[in-house]
Amino acid sequence: MTQITLTINGETKTIEAPPMKRLLDLIREDLHLTGTKEGCGEGECGSCSVLMNGELVNSCLVPALQANGARICTIEGISTKGRLHPIQQCFLERGGAQCGICTPGMILATHHLLEKYPQPTLLQIQEGLAGNLCRCTGYTRIFDAVQQAILKTQQPTNN
Amino acid sequence: MRSNPSHYELTTPATLEAVLDILASDLGPYTPIAGGTELMVALGAGRLATRKLVSINHLQELRFIATTPETLTLGSGTTFTDLRKDPVIATDFSLLSQAASWTGSIANQNRGTLGGNIVNASPAADSLPALLAYEAELTLVSARATRTIPYAGFHLGYKKTILRPDELLHSITLKRDFREYAHYARKVGTRNAQAISKVAIAALARLKDGLIQDIRIGAASLRDRPIRLTATERVLQNQPITRETIAAARAALTSETQPIDDIRSTAKYRAAVAANLLEEFLHQLKP
Ligand SMILES: Cc1cc2nc3c(=O)[nH]c(=O)nc-3n(C[C@H](O)[C@H](O)[C@H](O)COP(=O)(O)OP(=O)(O)OC[C@H]3O[C@@H](n4cnc5c(N)ncnc54)[C@H](O)[C@@H]3O)c2cc1C
Ligand code: FES
Ligand code: FES
Repeated sequence: MTQITLTINGETKTIEAPPMKRLLDLIREDLHLTGTKEGCGEGECGSCSVLMNGELVNSCLVPALQANGARICTIEGISTKGRLHPIQQCFLERGGAQCGICTPGMILATHHLLEKYPQPTLLQIQEGLAGNLCRCTGYTRIFDAVQQAILKTQQPTNN
Repeated sequence: MRSNPSHYELTTPATLEAVLDILASDLGPYTPIAGGTELMVALGAGRLATRKLVSINHLQELRFIATTPETLTLGSGTTFTDLRKDPVIATDFSLLSQAASWTGSIANQNRGTLGGNIVNASPAADSLPALLAYEAELTLVSARATRTIPYAGFHLGYKKTILRPDELLHSITLKRDFREYAHYARKVGTRNAQAISKVAIAALARLKDGLIQDIRIGAASLRDRPIRLTATERVLQNQPITRETIAAARAALTSETQPIDDIRSTAKYRAAVAANLLEEFLHQLKP
């Protein structure tokens, strides 16, 4: 066991865990944040996506100790004070979420994409989300939701 | 079945020097882990044989891009995202930025490193044909010594390299000699993005007075390791791009490759596709 200190959604926590435990399991089992999902467990599906120091990563492929000292943001950290983030709101309104398993990862990947390119083209949206698989929506509604989110995130935040 | 993580040890020494000391000590053997996009998949599948790992992911000494007017040096910890962002790579070494953009998803590119791609030594690795075409040099370090070798001699066979257990890949150096070359890179996989390649080609060529003055062709998935198609290059040297030249090059390519049959494709298909890619490049080169 090793001590791992990280900042999770703005709060600093110290946990004892095996250093090679997957960050995904640390988040779900030790931090009890179950919004982050496991699909494939091998980097292919993106349902375990989180932001680590602002970068999109698959938490199933990150050894816990490599997250020592890192800032981690999960889906639980995306909404503020119980209010949905505009990206979440757009996924709801446009039917971008159905069963919901891929949704936390999709939203974090969208967040990362809009930080990089505030006005992405459809091609950039497709590339940005290519690592996130969805078995329900057929993707079109997800791309619609992202396009709506582009407009929303550009308006002043007090709307 | 998934492995139990408590059976594994992982340490994160603060400096490169301390990592090299651990690799050289008799406490090992230790396996370095960088972005973990290979090793964590192996762990998940229950086939990570080594029990002791040392993290090199946090070492700033291995994550840098340094340019001089003549050379570009990439720390082994350079991620695919770093490669895609760099302006010098985009202009002088576009084969490498293209390969980086193919290497799995954005999340994979944010973690996976060029060093991991090289040392993992998969015959299908996407960035390696480009390194062969650019005649990259590798610098290997250990507590005892530093050595610089041509990348072309690094792979010994399927997932085998000349790296010693106490050594790390430190950096990759490329000469900035390719401004006047035509660049060609193409990967053929099951899908456009996010699929391991069935075949990939990275090639450079320079023409003079209608003749091929210099051509370099790197290829993935055509042998047990990434290869340079030297026999094919020889056939093309000093030739005009005619139907006969193309036929001779296709024949040479087929004779010097020994693609494998595997779950992703057949040898026959791979050789035929590689020859088609080469032909596409030659057509593009025509004055
Ligand atoms: C979903 C997914 C998609 C992928 N798609 C592609 C693809 O399209 N094309 C492709 O080529 N690859 C692909 N990969 C494979 C992988 O991302 C790359 O091979 C990557 O470059 C590995 O780098 P890493 O730092 O993550 O390696 P790690 O897993 O950290 O290490 C890999 C190996 O290299 C060794 N190593 C790493 N760095 C060093 C060093 N500096 N010195 C000595 N040894 C070292 C490790 O000991 C280990 O044996 C994919 C992987 C996943 C999970
Ligand atoms: S669970 Fe991590 S990528 Fe699928
Ligand atoms: S909504 Fe079900 S997997 Fe995407």
